[in-house]
Amino acid sequence: MNEQTMRKSRWQTGMFLLIIIVLSYLSSAITAFNFVQGLATIPKALGWIFSNLMVTQESLEKLPKILEKLAETIFMSIAATTLAAVVSLFLGVMGSKTTKVNNFLSVFARFIASVSRNIPVVAWSLVLLISFGQNSVTGFLALFVGTVGFLTRAFIESIDEASQSSVEALTATGATYFQIVSKAVIPQALPQMISWVLFMVETNIRNATLVGILTGTGIGYTFDMYYKMLNYNAVALVTLCIVITVIVVDLISNHIRKVIL
Amino acid sequence: MSLLKVEGLGKSYTADKKILKNIDFEIKAGEFVSIIGPSGAGKSTMLRCMNRMIEFNEGKIIFNNQDVGSLNKKELRKLRTNIGMVFQHYNLVPRLSVIENVLHGRYGYKTTLQGLLGRYTEEEKERAFYLLEKLGIHEHAYKRCDQLSGGQQQRVGICRALIQEPKLILCDEPIASLDPNSSKVIMDHLKSISLEMGITCLVNLHQVEVAQHYSDRIIGLNNGEIVFDGNGRNLGEEQIHKIYGTKSRELITA
Amino acid sequence: MEAAYIKRKADGRIHIKSGSKGDQAVRWTIITLAVLTVVAFLFFNYAGLELGPAIKETAYNVKVMFLEPALNHFDLGEAIYQVGVTLGLAFLATIIGAIIAFFLALMAAANLAPVWVSRTVRVFVAIIRAVPTVLWVLIFAIAAGLGSEAAVLGMLFHSIAYLVKAFSEAFEEVDKGIFEALQSTGANWWHIIRSGVLPSTFTYLLSWVFLRFEINFGVAVAMGAAAGAGGIGFELFMASGFYFDLREVGFITYAILIIAVLLEVLSTRLKKRYLPAASN
Repeated sequence: MNEQTMRKSRWQTGMFLLIIIVLSYLSSAITAFNFVQGLATIPKALGWIFSNLMVTQESLEKLPKILEKLAETIFMSIAATTLAAVVSLFLGVMGSKTTKVNNFLSVFARFIASVSRNIPVVAWSLVLLISFGQNSVTGFLALFVGTVGFLTRAFIESIDEASQSSVEALTATGATYFQIVSKAVIPQALPQMISWVLFMVETNIRNATLVGILTGTGIGYTFDMYYKMLNYNAVALVTLCIVITVIVVDLISNHIRKVIL
Repeated sequence: MSLLKVEGLGKSYTADKKILKNIDFEIKAGEFVSIIGPSGAGKSTMLRCMNRMIEFNEGKIIFNNQDVGSLNKKELRKLRTNIGMVFQHYNLVPRLSVIENVLHGRYGYKTTLQGLLGRYTEEEKERAFYLLEKLGIHEHAYKRCDQLSGGQQQRVGICRALIQEPKLILCDEPIASLDPNSSKVIMDHLKSISLEMGITCLVNLHQVEVAQHYSDRIIGLNNGEIVFDGNGRNLGEEQIHKIYGTKSRELITA
Repeated sequence: MEAAYIKRKADGRIHIKSGSKGDQAVRWTIITLAVLTVVAFLFFNYAGLELGPAIKETAYNVKVMFLEPALNHFDLGEAIYQVGVTLGLAFLATIIGAIIAFFLALMAAANLAPVWVSRTVRVFVAIIRAVPTVLWVLIFAIAAGLGSEAAVLGMLFHSIAYLVKAFSEAFEEVDKGIFEALQSTGANWWHIIRSGVLPSTFTYLLSWVFLRFEINFGVAVAMGAAAGAGGIGFELFMASGFYFDLREVGFITYAILIIAVLLEVLSTRLKKRYLPAASN
């Protein structure tokens, strides 16, 4: 590296840092974020967490109720993910470069995926809440829509990766399109796709909390209720339950992944 | 009688560049023919025109008294069951068992529904084992294909082509990804297939010596044109230069 | 004579599956998920649900949303300002998260830190990740008072967890030869990081940071709506939950969609340009 390119790269780094600093400043200005104050709240917040977010005997009495809601949330997430996976499988096959039926359907599938992924789950929750009311189906549908978008994109990648070689070989033997997709492409892509589904189950349990707060269903609603009642011991218990659930689901899916991939 | 007849075959993707120009040749049943030529000469494209994995623009291909170019979708499927294909990268489904991959060669004979249900007859399975044994990989039948070496995978690929009961096998660079030992095993198997089973073989190859050693006839391709067609013994220094050398000369003059 | 290598079922038909542990795990995972899904529908709480009218109404609402978007309670300037606030929250959480994650990732990378340190950091990160972002924000909101500080701090946790995982994997892929070469020149740990690890992973790290920024935009929208963190998400919540104004919901959704698609296109470009090169 000669001196000139060195100077140039140093200049580039400098510019880059400057841009980051300017953007950070602008962001702080527009959001009224005070960095020093933000830093100062961390110890205060941690202190508050350790002194108030404690599970007490009293809050443990609420455990059966919390667990019931937690179960609803887990089921909601699994059902939304599984059904979304079925839909995404079709969209994924249509959208993949190697297994697409025609260009129109391929673009259509990718478009559906992009829209349902990029419209925030918040918007779906709020719109669905208006007509479906405060029940599990609302939460289920809100999670379902977002999951279809995410899984379709992931499945398209898995299918593209899995199908390159075998599609050509099976076409050459005279196999039909459906035979090729169901007997060569999907078996090959399946473990990868299941890995994505497991990831999405875990993500959806966490998202279900958010959706629950917005739509008044599941564990999110329970959290919101105790939060607004300022019953922080119960809040701590709910949080603990969610943490344990997510970690357990994570461990299970990691184990499955190890076996199937 | 000729099994495969190619007349004036031409292929181009864009108007100004022709990949294949005016290809003519005829192959008799049971012949072992190699196609040699530098990379980019159009060998793979030509091979794939034979079973219309690539659609050609000009000329005519007659296989087994059928006009390949005029077949509809259903007839094309039927034609393909009669033509086996072997690939450079084996093109197996890595996660499935060896025996399943071999049986994939039977789909051309099944309706979509039979295929979806995954039903194979016991005769088909017996036949698959017979072929695996013939190629010496029967003890791996229940292994996943990605656990096999390259040479073993290519033998699975050959079994998949053979179970189609084809009249012709197209081999696209079957030994280009293999070490010399495995290459010899594969070429020996291909040769014995053509001798014992009377199946016609059309093989794309890179190495001149291999082509000379195994084939009844060699077709030399350069820049989309046939520049040599004849017995391997007649392939001298000058012809080899004609097949492989033009490119380097072009590079110098251009 | 029957060859020994052919496996037969009880009825004499020949097996063709490899029957590996992986295949069985795949099958049982699918069966389990399917059964749990059916059970889920049996257990759902269907209080006050009338499916037919609800679907019809939602279809109508969605039509109004997307075909007749309009602003009624604030003007375009305000909308742009609120989008800016959301982008600002996302940016701050990403950039602060990236800086912290960089140092944590150095400690989490197996080739840069002692085993016990990298294990500890990883467990720590897994626990952080298990708490949903919205809970972090709400917890900080009580502890620190509602405001952008609570939102940024709350979002910080998941940003850090996500980036530590990505960064540490990137560090672990750095060629061993670079370490050896630098160590043999007598460079210390920080020198190796600065002149060996950082230059060879920088573009890769940057792509991940941008990817996280894209995710954080969505998170910031959600936090505005669910945790009152302000920005366009809060306006979305007000429009639908307070004013019941579907046209405004539609307009805001379009605004979010445009930004999200823009960010996605940008990050896909970055990914294509930098991530494959770095992973090869």
